[in-house]
Amino acid sequence: MSFSTELLIKVLVVLATAPVMALGLTLLEVKGSAWMQRRPGPLHVGLRGFIFPLATAAKYLQKETIIPNDVDEPVFKWAPAWVIAAVVGLFTIIPLSPTLIVRDLELGVFFLLAISSISTIGVLTAGWSSANKFSLMGGLRAAGQLIAYELPLILSVVGVVIQAETMSTVGIVEKQIEFGFPFVIAGQGIAFIIFMIAATAEMMRTPFDMPIGESELTMGFFTEYSGIRFLIFYISEYINLFVMCAIASTLFLGGYHVPLLPTEWVNFYGPLVLIGKTFLLAFILIAIRWSFPRFREDQLQTLAWKVLIPLSLLNIMATAIMKVVF
Amino acid sequence: MEAIDIFSYFLLLLLLLSGVKVVTTSNVIHAAIFLVFTLATTAVLFILLSAEFVALVLILVYIGAVIVLFLFGVMITRAPLGPNAELDNDQNKLMAAVISLSIFGIFTYILLQTFDSTVVISEGTSTKLLGEILLSRFVFPFELVSFVLLGALIGGITLARKDNALMDEDQI
Repeated sequence: MSFSTELLIKVLVVLATAPVMALGLTLLEVKGSAWMQRRPGPLHVGLRGFIFPLATAAKYLQKETIIPNDVDEPVFKWAPAWVIAAVVGLFTIIPLSPTLIVRDLELGVFFLLAISSISTIGVLTAGWSSANKFSLMGGLRAAGQLIAYELPLILSVVGVVIQAETMSTVGIVEKQIEFGFPFVIAGQGIAFIIFMIAATAEMMRTPFDMPIGESELTMGFFTEYSGIRFLIFYISEYINLFVMCAIASTLFLGGYHVPLLPTEWVNFYGPLVLIGKTFLLAFILIAIRWSFPRFREDQLQTLAWKVLIPLSLLNIMATAIMKVVF
Repeated sequence: MEAIDIFSYFLLLLLLLSGVKVVTTSNVIHAAIFLVFTLATTAVLFILLSAEFVALVLILVYIGAVIVLFLFGVMITRAPLGPNAELDNDQNKLMAAVISLSIFGIFTYILLQTFDSTVVISEGTSTKLLGEILLSRFVFPFELVSFVLLGALIGGITLARKDNALMDEDQI
């Protein structure tokens, strides 16, 4: 198979997988929250509530795109593209099995950190170009939050990289198989918790949704968006949820591997195992979203700079010392 | 000419155009976004030269941090939303031309002196090797750079919090 056909197939598979996973997580969120709050709509109405996400998508697709007069049009129009491009780009390094991966990059984890930082530009330009005070406030809060929580995200992964001695995602999973335990048990438990907290903040989900804060800022940085562009922001939030949870399960929970299953069949059960782990983590994040109140801005910054960053630095130090001693 | 050559020329053209747009546009945000394009194209060129680490550093540090801080800075100051005529500066055009031409001349001279008609074929540098060299042979410059960064950090904090003592007195 030539390089270009392979590339085309991979791109098509990723472009098909991303919305499907986003739809699955939307369903999980809608039905999970309805179950927690005993709402009849998403649980019983219309094919036991399964028709709702499809109806929502159809609604946004046929909605009129409204662009206010004062916006900076090219910047405003292209802002959602940054976000979704960054999020879909991360599918490159998610390993469904040792061979079922778009590309096993030598610098896999580094690629994750580099590419995920691009979506900040989308959020900032969306907030700025909307010519709206709510959007600007949302954009500012988003920038402050994303800058603060990118550090613990990066630093918590460093511990895993030190322990695995590689940055390739397949290599990290193989190391965990060799070791016998996933890294969350074998020394990186604190890093896992830091990673999940920082990832939730990077996704701007409750309790870290100050940038969107609908009770004070309408919809934060995407207040002025409507129709397909709003849908892109909405979908990329769920694709991002999938990607972040998939990467967390790869780095900390053993990825596509489960004990006792024959390793030669990994191409068949690997994707199911990884998606299962991902949805489990996503369910935890969804449960957190619907049970906790929002952080105040200063509490949010204090948590990042005074708790998570020192803790992750200590984690790196401890991991490095253990690596040298053993 | 192979496909990769055509792709490289296309990228170089894109780099040139976006670079020119960075300095000619009169809207700060547009300039920052064109700078993102410039840096992204540079990153792709580095990937074509099989220097993946440098490419990813460009994306992580310059696009992910420097540009974000630019945009953040524009947003927290009272910059106008639309184009701003004050960004154009017509003074010292001659001086600017002399300086830019001499920089262009120096770079061209150096590049031609070093690489003239030599073909460098590289398998790319593995990041592992880069890390090992950085922490063995170049460990002193590496530490020195981190001291410079520490100095800049402390300097930044001191400048930003100059009125701290006064504020405390007022509050007491």
